[in-house]
Amino acid sequence: MNARIHWVGYKTIVRKEITRILRIWGQTIVPPAITMSLYFIIFGELIGRRIGQMDGFSYMEYIVPGLVIMSVITNSYGNMVSSFFGAKFGKHIEELLISPLPNWIILAGYVTGAVTRGLLVGAVVLLVSLLFTHLPVVNVLVSLSVLLLTAVVFALAGMVNAIFAQKFDDIAIIPTFVLAPLTYLGGVFYSIDLLPEFWQKVSVFNPILYMVNGFRFGILGVSDVGLTQTYSVILIAAALLFGGCIWLLHKGVGMRT
Amino acid sequence: MYALEVNNLKKTYRNGVQALKGVSLNVREGDFFALLGPNGAGKSTLIGIVSSLVNSSSGETLVFGASVQKQRSLAMSYIGLVPQEINFNQFEKPFEIVVNQAGYYGIPRATAIERAEKYLRQLHLWDKAFTQSRNLSGGMKRRLMIARAMVNEPRLLILDEPTAGVDIEIRRSMWEFIEGINESGTTVILTTHYLEEAEQLCRNIAIIDQGRIVENTDIKSLLATLDIETFVLDTRESLERAPVVDGMEIRLRDERTLEASLPKQKSLNTLFAALDDQGVHVLSMRNKANRLEELFLGMVEKNAERAAREAVE
Repeated sequence: MNARIHWVGYKTIVRKEITRILRIWGQTIVPPAITMSLYFIIFGELIGRRIGQMDGFSYMEYIVPGLVIMSVITNSYGNMVSSFFGAKFGKHIEELLISPLPNWIILAGYVTGAVTRGLLVGAVVLLVSLLFTHLPVVNVLVSLSVLLLTAVVFALAGMVNAIFAQKFDDIAIIPTFVLAPLTYLGGVFYSIDLLPEFWQKVSVFNPILYMVNGFRFGILGVSDVGLTQTYSVILIAAALLFGGCIWLLHKGVGMRT
Repeated sequence: MYALEVNNLKKTYRNGVQALKGVSLNVREGDFFALLGPNGAGKSTLIGIVSSLVNSSSGETLVFGASVQKQRSLAMSYIGLVPQEINFNQFEKPFEIVVNQAGYYGIPRATAIERAEKYLRQLHLWDKAFTQSRNLSGGMKRRLMIARAMVNEPRLLILDEPTAGVDIEIRRSMWEFIEGINESGTTVILTTHYLEEAEQLCRNIAIIDQGRIVENTDIKSLLATLDIETFVLDTRESLERAPVVDGMEIRLRDERTLEASLPKQKSLNTLFAALDDQGVHVLSMRNKANRLEELFLGMVEKNAERAAREAVE
């Protein structure tokens, strides 16, 4: 009985989230595709030609995995934070809070919605990149699993932000001052081998480095970090964030007074 | 079995405001129950705790025997809530809102669609079912929240000021709908500021003030305690001073309007006869205030005096 209620409830949240993503496709799908096309033209084509090869690949080929991961991160995070905070702000989160659904189903539904948007945008960016270059895709399983887990991690991180946010400014602070610097310094545009030794050591504390390199390994077969380290960092981050979100939802932080 | 049992419920907010100071209350299954109180009395906090939107500081809340604090999912599966504030996504369509709400209660989509149509039709919203809900009027938005609360066919329907700001025609149609729901076996708890609404619809009543229940009884017994009733009389003649009638207090409101306060044991015939003797002819008459309103105001006043005395002591 409970399993059926949970399944129907989960499907309802996911359907609602995906409907929302598709309804506002002009805000959710198109802008990242345009932004990433500009990255490919400016960094890949124009500047990339002068840079030459990196780890045995053209600069364009080298940056594609990082840019795809960057899109997945910003979109899964952005979807969660805007959708959940919007529901809190408009008070329609109460529709879920008064329902019999347990917190983990509510979390799973919202995470699935955010992951869907992250992967959808990632797929669009990947397709756009094929207009500019060819990608070998060395290991499909690694590519897909890193992409999926990265989307899950940042969807959960977005939930934490949305739970604590009290005004719209609060949902812009983390993406601007934390996510963007970590992403740009996470090896999207360069190999950390190019950095001085001190900054190489600093870089290993950036979790995004492992995601970018894990996906780059799946696509190109090259990486600055080991695959075991990549999966360890991603899985630990996912577990900690999931536990944190469940605890915050159980306590009703920011929602139940 | 009680639809709702509240035992010694207390709530202190983080800012130190003690919204509930040990509220105990029982609502029988099938009852139409009014929860009244002035603004800030603790009604919304109590409803918030019952619907799990507010965490209690201590005490117990049982919905059909299921503890809101310990068996939240089971307790919530019995409840439908119509909140005071509009709380649906105004960018969604009424049909989507109602169907999604059913989904949150585990109702399969095919059944949810049938029920959404049924309740939107019953609440005269079907022709607006596929328009954006932000374009609905205030009354329509309130009816949409009722349709949404009914889609899981709850055993306990809680309505927090459902008719606030709604015109009288729509209010009456909402009353009819809610009465029908109650007649079909659903327990209804209503908070309202329209006391004639409570008097007309509800069988039992609790009055809450300053976080305490100050009265909890059936409406008939409560009204029977009313000693004096006040009427407003429109006269044919223009009057310079109020007529004097033995055992009644009559005041001149303006030259053609009188206010007469009668003890319960005095009949209206006595009043009319006395006025007739003095050459005053009454053209029309109405209650100055709703009877329940008079009692309510009296109780709230008494409670405020008691609280002030306690504060001094």
